[in-house]
Amino acid sequence: MTRPTLDRNLAPGIERRLFLRQSLSLGALTLLTGCDISDGDTVQRVLHAMSRWNDRAQAFLFNRHRLAPTFADSEAVRDFRYNAYFPADKVPKLSAADYRLELSGLIADKRPWTVEQLYTLPQESQVTRHVCVEGWSMIGKWRGAPLGTFLQRVGADLSAKYVGYECADGYYGSIDMATALQPQTIMAFGFFDDTIPAKFGFPFKLRIPTKLGFKNPKWVTALYVTNRLPGGFWEDRGYNWFSGL
Amino acid sequence: MTDVTHPAALPAAAEAPRVLHPAARRIMHWINAGAILVMIGSGWRIYNASPALPINFGFPETYTLGGDDSISFALHNEWGLANALGWHFAAMWVLVLNLLAYLTVGVVSGHFRRDFLPLTLAGFRRDLVDALRFRLVHRLGEYNAVQKLLYWGVLGALALTILSGLSIWKPVQLQELTWLFGGYDNARIVHFCGMAAIVGFLVIHVSLSLLVPSTLFSMIVGRAPRHAREKRP
Repeated sequence: MTRPTLDRNLAPGIERRLFLRQSLSLGALTLLTGCDISDGDTVQRVLHAMSRWNDRAQAFLFNRHRLAPTFADSEAVRDFRYNAYFPADKVPKLSAADYRLELSGLIADKRPWTVEQLYTLPQESQVTRHVCVEGWSMIGKWRGAPLGTFLQRVGADLSAKYVGYECADGYYGSIDMATALQPQTIMAFGFFDDTIPAKFGFPFKLRIPTKLGFKNPKWVTALYVTNRLPGGFWEDRGYNWFSGL
Repeated sequence: MTDVTHPAALPAAAEAPRVLHPAARRIMHWINAGAILVMIGSGWRIYNASPALPINFGFPETYTLGGDDSISFALHNEWGLANALGWHFAAMWVLVLNLLAYLTVGVVSGHFRRDFLPLTLAGFRRDLVDALRFRLVHRLGEYNAVQKLLYWGVLGALALTILSGLSIWKPVQLQELTWLFGGYDNARIVHFCGMAAIVGFLVIHVSLSLLVPSTLFSMIVGRAPRHAREKRP
């Protein structure tokens, strides 16, 4: 889902393991010769350049009128996989009364939105496949308001390039405007027939069936529109930015 | 068939050595070899992140491509999946563009028609029996029926692996392709099986080239080594 790889065998002792890993890597880095490190840098630069090229190739392949396949309600998994870099009992529990969605950037009406206001937006349901960058996938049922409708309502500059998001857990990222306007890109307020639970992103997650799971942020607290590529949490750690399906 | 010398080999051996593999083919062969190894190594690391097979199986990290996982953790806060994906989606362009060039040259130059065809069942049966009895004679520049079938087989496996790979990469934009492979999860299994077939081919291909080193020599310099040209089969 949102966090690739870090949930791998999340278990007691993980912190000790991380500490050991980090000490090991510090040791390894100091042992490496300068030549090895610069070789590593060159490889990283080439891979990064190819990743940017792949961003363009994917944007070219993306058709915003192309709908992701939908499935029967019976195929959706109620016991959906929880995925984050912290255990489920540590998820942000946002108060519906205090929550505000902050808006900034190329948006005309930047007044913050309350949960109550958000939940009055026209909504629809979708049963779609969530695909994780690790390779696993799971079909779920979400209900929410199209992000495009919301962006229009707040007077966002729809000709801008990117929509960025920030989350209550410190997670952040961005998507291209074409994907933001794809009709299945929703602010998901519901999971199955209930309000979306805290572990899946209350008061809402961005459900984007045309993007890999880590570009489906939970606990979104801020949205902004910009022409400068904002990057993202995992994107800044070497994952491909576009990550379209 | 043992004592028949290749018609072109006799005069050529006396004068200029016959070129078995033109430079273009040799260059494409080695680009392909590099790209395939990168695809397999990075693919194994990606597989390990979330194994697709229903059995408990993973690739030893030493044989995967994605960097040292502890260094990766220090730099990227993850175990090397990002790096492996970076390699995989970079090398795929090299692999596909090179393969398209190879197919174009192979068709236009007549290499496929001349060297990989005809392929008959009777010929395959005869050559397979000979090969298993270690009696199959290897003549440089001429492909026996077992080899022909292997080359068609690996080309088919490459096509299957690339197409199933595309269907995993773009299960929305290329959803018809994903559907053809039986859906997203099934396409991952097909992709894995295609990889396994290519690895199987590689094992045979590399073993044979080491058993008959003159084939390796000719794929590097183009012509057969002197001793192989002078020796009669």
